[in-house]
Amino acid sequence: MKVLKTAAYVLALPVLLVLAWWVSTLGTVNFFVPTPAALVNKFGEVWFGPRFFSDVLPSIARLLIGVVAAIVIGVVGGVLIGSVKWLRALLEPTLEFFRAIPPPVLVPVLILLMGITDSMKIAVIISGCVWPVLLNTIEGVRAVDGVLSDSAHTYGIDGWARVRYLVLPSASPQILAGVRQSLSLGLILMVISEMFASSSGLGFTIVQFQRSFAIPEMWSGIVVLGLLGVAMSFIFQWAERNILRWYHGQKEVENAA
Amino acid sequence: MQPSAAQAAPEAMLSVRGLKKVYQTDGGDVEAVRNLTFDLRAGELACLVGPSGSGKTTLLKCISGLMAPTEGEVLLDGKRVSGPPKKMAVVFQEYGRSLFPWMRVRDNVELPLKNQGVPKAERDRLVDEALEAVGLAHVPRSYPWQLSGGMQQRVAIARAIAYQPEVLLMDEPFAAVDAQTRADLEDLIRVVWKKLGVTVLFVTHDIDESVYLGERVIILSSSPTVVQEDIVIDLPAERDQLNTRSLPRFTELRHHVYEQIQLAKKGHRPAAAGAPAAATAAASTPAAPTADSGASGA
Repeated sequence: MKVLKTAAYVLALPVLLVLAWWVSTLGTVNFFVPTPAALVNKFGEVWFGPRFFSDVLPSIARLLIGVVAAIVIGVVGGVLIGSVKWLRALLEPTLEFFRAIPPPVLVPVLILLMGITDSMKIAVIISGCVWPVLLNTIEGVRAVDGVLSDSAHTYGIDGWARVRYLVLPSASPQILAGVRQSLSLGLILMVISEMFASSSGLGFTIVQFQRSFAIPEMWSGIVVLGLLGVAMSFIFQWAERNILRWYHGQKEVENAA
Repeated sequence: MQPSAAQAAPEAMLSVRGLKKVYQTDGGDVEAVRNLTFDLRAGELACLVGPSGSGKTTLLKCISGLMAPTEGEVLLDGKRVSGPPKKMAVVFQEYGRSLFPWMRVRDNVELPLKNQGVPKAERDRLVDEALEAVGLAHVPRSYPWQLSGGMQQRVAIARAIAYQPEVLLMDEPFAAVDAQTRADLEDLIRVVWKKLGVTVLFVTHDIDESVYLGERVIILSSSPTVVQEDIVIDLPAERDQLNTRSLPRFTELRHHVYEQIQLAKKGHRPAAAGAPAAATAAASTPAAPTADSGASGA
């Protein structure tokens, strides 16, 4: 029963939107706005064929590799910079500079440096996704409670054990907030990295459709991106709920008191 | 790490020698502790009381190796303390911030042992015993924040017990729990202390608590801190909340400590530093009613 209710809440608005779209395109013939039926028709035809393997899967693979690499770099770097005072003083001003550079402007630069390769596209994704994770991790590591830190210290929990048992769990709410931002950024950068001088991928395909006036096909590609975003968000929320069960529980207790 | 135990009494488990701590701040130096010297024999339960702001927490941080003293030294079993020693466990006042909220009760108690590489079977036994000793054998799967304040502090005590320290430091551990829970926890400390034979240094601002718990009470002066008086609590070894607290001797000792604290607050300082006075002639005049006896948190 509860599952049905949740499903109803999740689906209500999309159903309404599709309905509104269907009504507004009834009886009209607009070249640029296809009817829902036409789109669904094209959707299956375009994406559940060889394109799934030649464009969709490679894009998703690059996105995943890029995002995971960004998370690893961000967390490792964040723990180091957050824990070592002189490192923070040394790096933080420079980090602000690099963070301010919009990743899309790096695409031509990276093409020159790395060529039109998968590595280049992954590098673009990393260059954008690393910042939210890195900066949030630094903040989370710095915010470790003093009493908790003293407790760990008196019990000889130092070095790697300190990172594993104290620093990482303590910073995990901030880290995950950063990861969440990175995921949506990653999707955007995945598309952008495929729009310039590329020969495959979701972004490339959508641009191709657009240039060849295959309008329903183009729209269907945009729907694929949207669905991808939704899937990533659901997976993230599920993971977050499990990792931060203690955090949400504690907050609930605090709010009830 | 050199054994500079020359001055320490040979049987001392914990020895504080000429400890001084000055904080350097932007507004100039602040002398929190001037010159503290006292010894704890192995297996002793001593309470440390002092007016608020007398540097109790500073002292405890120096003893536990969390902070380096400006001058003087702390010796644990004859060895100089330069970082948190393995033979020492600390229970902090802020129970809500001393347990790992992402770990269940059992994992919290187990973690220090796991970190030391204690074998699994031995670990399980120690954790079970410790949880049993504090009366929490029924909640190992709970998270700390699911428990009441008193129970959380029991978990912290269980973690300290399981660690098998030779010295147990407690920094106003019951200041933030309600009065009834506090009475239970005080009795728990006496029981644990007797059972384990551990040396306990119990810091408190509550005069009644110090007299009820301790075999000895060390009274600190106001800041900059020295030892104001060091008295033996000659109450029966078996103590209970009702009878012990209604003994005439309890009242006498309590008055005495109370007066000393009042003197300390007025800035009175002992004539000769480190001269332990016996509490035989405890005065019977009740202290001024305006004085607080333990309502202020640290």
